[in-house]
Amino acid sequence: MESDTKPDTQPEMKSEMKSGSNFEKILKAGHFAFTGELGPPRGCNVEHIKEKASFLKGNVDMVNITDNQTAMVRMSSWAAAIILMGEGLEPNYQMVCRDRNRLAMQADLLGAYAHGLRNILCLSGDHQQFGDHPFSKGVFDIDSMQLVAMVKKMRDEGKFLGGADIDQPPKMFIGAAANPFAEPFEWRVHRLAKKIEAGADFIQTQCVYNMEKIREWIKQANDMGLTEKTYILPGVTPMKSIGMARYMQSKVPGMDVPDEIIKRLRGVNRKKVADEGIAIACEQIEEFKEMKGVAGVHMMAIEWEHKVPEIAERAKVLPRPEV
Amino acid sequence: MVKAERKPIEEIKDAINGYEKVLVTGCGGCVSVCLVGGQREVNELNAQLNIYLKNENIEKQLDGYTVERQCNDQFLEELEPKIDNYDCLLSMACGAGVQNLAKRFPKIPVFPVVNTVSIGIDKDIGMYEERCRACGHCVLGYTGGICPVTRCSKGLFNGPCGGTNNECCEVSQEIPCAWLDIFNRLKAQDRLDDIKKIYVPMEWHNQTPRTIIQEPYEKRYSV
Ligand code: SF4
Repeated sequence: MESDTKPDTQPEMKSEMKSGSNFEKILKAGHFAFTGELGPPRGCNVEHIKEKASFLKGNVDMVNITDNQTAMVRMSSWAAAIILMGEGLEPNYQMVCRDRNRLAMQADLLGAYAHGLRNILCLSGDHQQFGDHPFSKGVFDIDSMQLVAMVKKMRDEGKFLGGADIDQPPKMFIGAAANPFAEPFEWRVHRLAKKIEAGADFIQTQCVYNMEKIREWIKQANDMGLTEKTYILPGVTPMKSIGMARYMQSKVPGMDVPDEIIKRLRGVNRKKVADEGIAIACEQIEEFKEMKGVAGVHMMAIEWEHKVPEIAERAKVLPRPEV
Repeated sequence: MVKAERKPIEEIKDAINGYEKVLVTGCGGCVSVCLVGGQREVNELNAQLNIYLKNENIEKQLDGYTVERQCNDQFLEELEPKIDNYDCLLSMACGAGVQNLAKRFPKIPVFPVVNTVSIGIDKDIGMYEERCRACGHCVLGYTGGICPVTRCSKGLFNGPCGGTNNECCEVSQEIPCAWLDIFNRLKAQDRLDDIKKIYVPMEWHNQTPRTIIQEPYEKRYSV
């Protein structure tokens, strides 16, 4: 697909494969990546995963599998990721620092890689206070920056954090998150630089609604040469309703929803609000396709997986490239 | 200093249920400073307990006695002659004091009156804020004198996370984001380079019981 290929994408990164994942290949071939997300069930409902997966298949390059998102107990992300792989999709295994110490993290990584997982997203995790076990003990033995560095050390040096050699090290494509919208704004690009220095091969951002701010952040990253060292995928979440938009604006920490978004949703017929939400998302994607320093988009259609085929279609990101 | 808060009166009442003669033991150390476990609070607790017991028609002998500090054996000596007159002890001290008292008088049950909460500062009279978790590996030098282990809800060493919200931590609009404060202070001191470096995983030194010997005393305790 010609239109899908960005001319001047990150030459120095094209080199050698770090993990050989489909996602890595797509990025290194210069395609505009399109990734999705799937929350594991609150139980052992395998069919639930398969059903959600069916909407994503063929429409995204990789699927993030969340790890006890919002601190609610769910099927473990590696387990759900393996089921997803069985459905012919490539998972992005999310791991948070809240629930496990450095021993458990490394052990899970070995197991995940042994089962064929090749991408990982390293996160701090929402505080346990938000979830269904608010008085559990948060682990936070290491932080997300240190987790990135640990996964890189395991991959590139073949060593555990403690220094011992690994018998067949896991070779993961390493991701990290960024929230360009949280304060202090001027520090956010430096934090990105730190994550890249720690070893982030790719970055998926918090849901973007404030385009002005993301433009500024990407520009800063371009100016600092950071977009040549990592692949950045801004997060896009279509608004389903005005209620959702207002909730995101006022209740979700670190979320920046400008009033214009809410105004736009209010401006359409009540039955057309969700449609307008998708239209806004598609406009964002169009802009990201052209934005220098952006390597793709991460589509977080939260509990709206069945809409992903339509979104992908309208955002003109289909068919997904074969690499 | 160590900060503590009193347990609910119901819990204290339950603890002494079945014991007739009770000595409420105050401590003149930290818990006295934070107005929860000194002589005055011993008297208040006894008065309160007496009202409860009277209402329920329960006979008990409640006495009070406050030592200088419960975390040092020497100060517990003076309790020696009294102990045999009691069936149990209530200790107003922090967790360390309670344990020391229980060890010094192992035959008699000791119950805590307070929950030990933190190492903190005096914000105002009767108001205390946590500042230190005694992790055993102080990083305040590079964080502008603001503790990320204690004041950041996730104990991050390379913050801030993406949850900073209206200058507050994602967990509450009442808790300032420690990393925003760290950033602001270091920026004002032109020291942001300190946190541009990646801070490596912490060596947790508080995972086994610790004993410290100050250097000038090392000889004294070496065998
Ligand atoms: S918002 Fe600030 S204080 Fe709260 S967890 Fe994140 S970095 Fe720490």
